[in-house]
Amino acid sequence: MASQNFKILGVAAVLVIFVLGVPHTSSFVVLLATRAMVFAILAMSLDILLGFTGLASLGQAAYFGVGAYLTAILATKFHVGLGWDFWIVVILGMLIGAALAAFFGLFAIRATGVYFLMITLALGQCVWGLAYRWNSLTGGDNGINVTNRPNFGLDLTNEQTFFYLVFAFFAVSLILLYVLVQSPFGRSLAGIRERELRMQILGYNTWLHKYIAFVIAGAFGGLAGVLWAHTNGLVSPETVVLTTSVDALLMVVLGGAGTLVGGAIGSAIVFGLREYLSTLVPWWQYVLGGVYVLTILYLPMGLMGIPARIHQAQSPSDRTGKMAVTEKLAPEPS
Amino acid sequence: MDARFWLIQTFNGISYGALLFLVGSGLSLIFGVMRIVNLAHGSYFLLGGYVALSVIWATGSWLLAIPVAAATIAVLGLVMERVFLRPLGFDPLRQVLLTVGFAFLFQQAALDIWGGNNMDINPPEALTRSIVVAGIYLPLYRVFMIGMALATGTSLWLVMEKTRMGAAIRATVDDAQMARGVGIDTNRISMFIFALGAFLAALGGVIGGAFLGIFPGLDFEMLPLAFAVVIIGGMGSLGGAAIGALLVGLADNFGKALFPELSYFTLYAPMVLILAVKPTGLFGRD
Repeated sequence: MASQNFKILGVAAVLVIFVLGVPHTSSFVVLLATRAMVFAILAMSLDILLGFTGLASLGQAAYFGVGAYLTAILATKFHVGLGWDFWIVVILGMLIGAALAAFFGLFAIRATGVYFLMITLALGQCVWGLAYRWNSLTGGDNGINVTNRPNFGLDLTNEQTFFYLVFAFFAVSLILLYVLVQSPFGRSLAGIRERELRMQILGYNTWLHKYIAFVIAGAFGGLAGVLWAHTNGLVSPETVVLTTSVDALLMVVLGGAGTLVGGAIGSAIVFGLREYLSTLVPWWQYVLGGVYVLTILYLPMGLMGIPARIHQAQSPSDRTGKMAVTEKLAPEPS
Repeated sequence: MDARFWLIQTFNGISYGALLFLVGSGLSLIFGVMRIVNLAHGSYFLLGGYVALSVIWATGSWLLAIPVAAATIAVLGLVMERVFLRPLGFDPLRQVLLTVGFAFLFQQAALDIWGGNNMDINPPEALTRSIVVAGIYLPLYRVFMIGMALATGTSLWLVMEKTRMGAAIRATVDDAQMARGVGIDTNRISMFIFALGAFLAALGGVIGGAFLGIFPGLDFEMLPLAFAVVIIGGMGSLGGAAIGALLVGLADNFGKALFPELSYFTLYAPMVLILAVKPTGLFGRD
């Protein structure tokens, strides 16, 4: 498909400009971009569930949190993950995220619609509760300070080097997830999103498909967590709190669910507004809240949906295009 | 750990449950009638407390603060439902996200208007004393909280079971489409229920503010607890909310007293199990 190739080229061009341009700006922007990219990975992992499978999870911070806590605990208590073994921690982080998702999925995947939302919220709160109260392991409310960044030839204490590393993780995640959603498996997820019953009749084990998607999303959530521990330097219950899950969800919806890059755009906007605007004006949170409310009211397909909307306005006959992914959340309990 | 310990902890759990009932019953009604997961419900609790503070500063009357705060927040809820939520139609995800957007806006507004300090709502002198029952000191304020929850629960129950409005609400909970079919104005019911839910949450905020304090972040602290109440009890069921509130109140208290490291886990893990096994909650209707 020519237009598809065109889009890929466009995204690649933007990324190249981004990675070449950002390091030449101020160190503040580099820091901001690094943070935004970590959350972009989290948002993209959530997009696999929300945009491609039609599962609105309110607990994605749980996998982010276990990844971050794992990194922090290994680094501070066992001095693991500060040299070459950083790569082992990356793999462990993805595995622990996947393992937690595999466990949580047993409870959550059965539920549909609003009930899925609630059960993922409850699961996320379980992890938060442990992080908040299990003082001996997690440091409780104070959290854990991760003072040292890994150094394996590449010295990651240098913000620019770290930026390049996080960018590499971000780009690879984007490519992997893109390949995933384009694969036959990814197409079957889209089928489940559009109409699960039809897929069941066609002989697909939809539970298993959703479960696998849930586990994959958990793995990438864990990866984002590992990177966050080193980006932020502090892992606290704030990392796993409900609002982190909600933030990720809003990033996806803001950018456009079901597009992958939408999550990255949403993350960039949220971090831009939150951390850049907050240095300029005291009322930045109104802007953020207002952007959320307006997007949800007027742009159900997010910013990435704007071209389609313009296109639609020009050719009114073509109104039955891609439906908003949010439409198919069945209200009935299973 | 003698009998006294258990008695005091049970009493504390019940009185905390009474507060949770005020927050949870409103959330449960909103969910039952409209199937909306209202993530701004904690904000109503917090704003209720703040408005009450302002009323107390202005007039010095704690008694006046309770109805004024609750009514103010009820109007806020009504406007939110009428102007923003209704145009979305039935679309759970967008509704949830919209309520989150509002929760963030309310959070910032509260910070701007009332500042970031932890503040207390001081109840009248008469309620700050303790009474002695069988050698155990019981703070009168906690007894008052239980009384308030009982009174609220009873009046809600009377409205729901004995009035025409209540019958219409119950019909909407059971089957909104059928209710519309027999001529019930479900739009008006939704608006009323949303306002009522906000009213109850704000009431909880004023009453709870005296022993929890009122501070930024309280909104997202109360929200998951209110959800636990609703999920354990069953959505849309008043009796369920009462039992859910009692269970959560006790679980929270005993959890904190007996296994402090696992206290929140012991609260949310049962919530997960209930959702997995019976998504409509222990007492919810299918």
